[in-house]
Amino acid sequence: MRFNSLKTLQELCDKEALTIGQLMVVEQARETGRGEAQVISQMTAYYEVMKEAVRKGIAEDTRSRSGLTGGDAKRVHNYMSGNVPVLGEEACKAMAYALAVSEVNASMGRIIATPTAGSCGIIPGVFVSAQERFGWSDEHMVYGLFSAGAIGYVIANNSFVSGAEGGCQAEIGSAIGMAAGALTELRGGKPEQAVHSVGLALKNSLGLICDPVGGLVEIPCIVRNGFGAVTAMAAADMAMAGVRSVIPSDEVIDVMLEVGSAMPEKHRETAKGGLAQTPTGKKIMKELYGRG
Amino acid sequence: MRFKDVFSIIGPSMVGPSSSHTAGAVRLGRTARQVLGGVPEKAEITLYGSFADTYRGHGTDLALIGGLLNFGTDDMRIKAAYACAEAAGMEVIFKTAQKPGVHPNTASMKLSLEGREAIVTGCSIGGGNIEIIGVNGFDVKFTAIYPTLLIFHDDRAGIIADMTEILKLANLNIGYMEVDRKSRSGDAVTVIESDETLPQPYVQRIAALSNVHSICVVDLRDEEGIS
Repeated sequence: MRFNSLKTLQELCDKEALTIGQLMVVEQARETGRGEAQVISQMTAYYEVMKEAVRKGIAEDTRSRSGLTGGDAKRVHNYMSGNVPVLGEEACKAMAYALAVSEVNASMGRIIATPTAGSCGIIPGVFVSAQERFGWSDEHMVYGLFSAGAIGYVIANNSFVSGAEGGCQAEIGSAIGMAAGALTELRGGKPEQAVHSVGLALKNSLGLICDPVGGLVEIPCIVRNGFGAVTAMAAADMAMAGVRSVIPSDEVIDVMLEVGSAMPEKHRETAKGGLAQTPTGKKIMKELYGRG
Repeated sequence: MRFKDVFSIIGPSMVGPSSSHTAGAVRLGRTARQVLGGVPEKAEITLYGSFADTYRGHGTDLALIGGLLNFGTDDMRIKAAYACAEAAGMEVIFKTAQKPGVHPNTASMKLSLEGREAIVTGCSIGGGNIEIIGVNGFDVKFTAIYPTLLIFHDDRAGIIADMTEILKLANLNIGYMEVDRKSRSGDAVTVIESDETLPQPYVQRIAALSNVHSICVVDLRDEEGIS
């Protein structure tokens, strides 16, 4: 790839008059020696999987393998039909869709890791709800996924995208940043605005620990996907309105690395701290595994 | 770069719930099966670290079995892996163990088929990516992202040149290569990662070299729609 920072990514896009998504397609084809059509067709197949996961999570009764979670997406979706959501219908729908995909994941359904399975609800939640709302084509959405992927590529190679390495900020946080930047671009924002939205979003999740109850990708991961979708939309709106990330987005990514590296092991996906070690968290773990 | 391309960020397509404990486990199982060269009659799998602690909740056992049956990371049959294993005549035994210094997500798989045996140890390092660290008692290190040749041979002068000569004839570019031997003039393994798959006739030519015992090809790229 010819870029390893959001700054160089933005400069390349500006110089070549391409969107981030378009540039990523070119770079991916070049890096892998596969044609652009083949690369696009793989991403299109991935988007179909995402849409199917949204549909399944809303329409069907999902129960996680452990039995701990399930049905929350449906709960939120049903609530929308008889009430006026405080969030407004659009953001509430994105939240429900994100929960849906996360619940499908916990029930061993099929999803796309974006960037991980633990954070797999945010991008589909934001994308599928926005597509319905704005009437965008699948092709437009697929370029959006390349845009999200380019942003994630920079985050992953300069910081991390796994809870075991950098806490939840690295999984949920990265996914929010990716979704925010991509949504900004899908809405017609310039690469510069997309990059600002990444920094704005990441600043809001810095320090978030990874403390899953029983070590499972369920509590609090599923609800964090729901919240994540809403936050990504907020960051995109700020950037579209002209709000800038005063601390450049690349520097915010460096902070994620600094904070994650300093995070104690018990807060990095080991279930040895945080919510996992609350009295209730310990009780659940004991029921699951027969020990504390 | 730890992450090479856009599909290591958006992807893999997988059955949940965890990219490291489920998708990575499928790839570990699949790699082991390809080293053996068929569906094992018997698989003894030892889990370490976080794999040992949480494998039931994450379906790591189902994922490993699915991999041994050559399922891709997004194959819905993974959920019914135990029944599929039974139908395929594969006996599976899971054990948990502790070992200091081992990666938190490690599995060691001892497989047998028609008197042959393969022992493969690997780690799931995040986002569905894996690293194989041991094959049949040799220390190795490969990721199975690329087509990988494992060539078991005698430790003899010139043997590497004989093998790479055949790769040259096939116009195959080597991206990574390593050799490990158990003792001087004893058993050795050469691991070769390449950009493209080595066509079968060339694989046979390497297998036919004197001092080469066996060769296996590990290639996971046909999973999840990647060709």
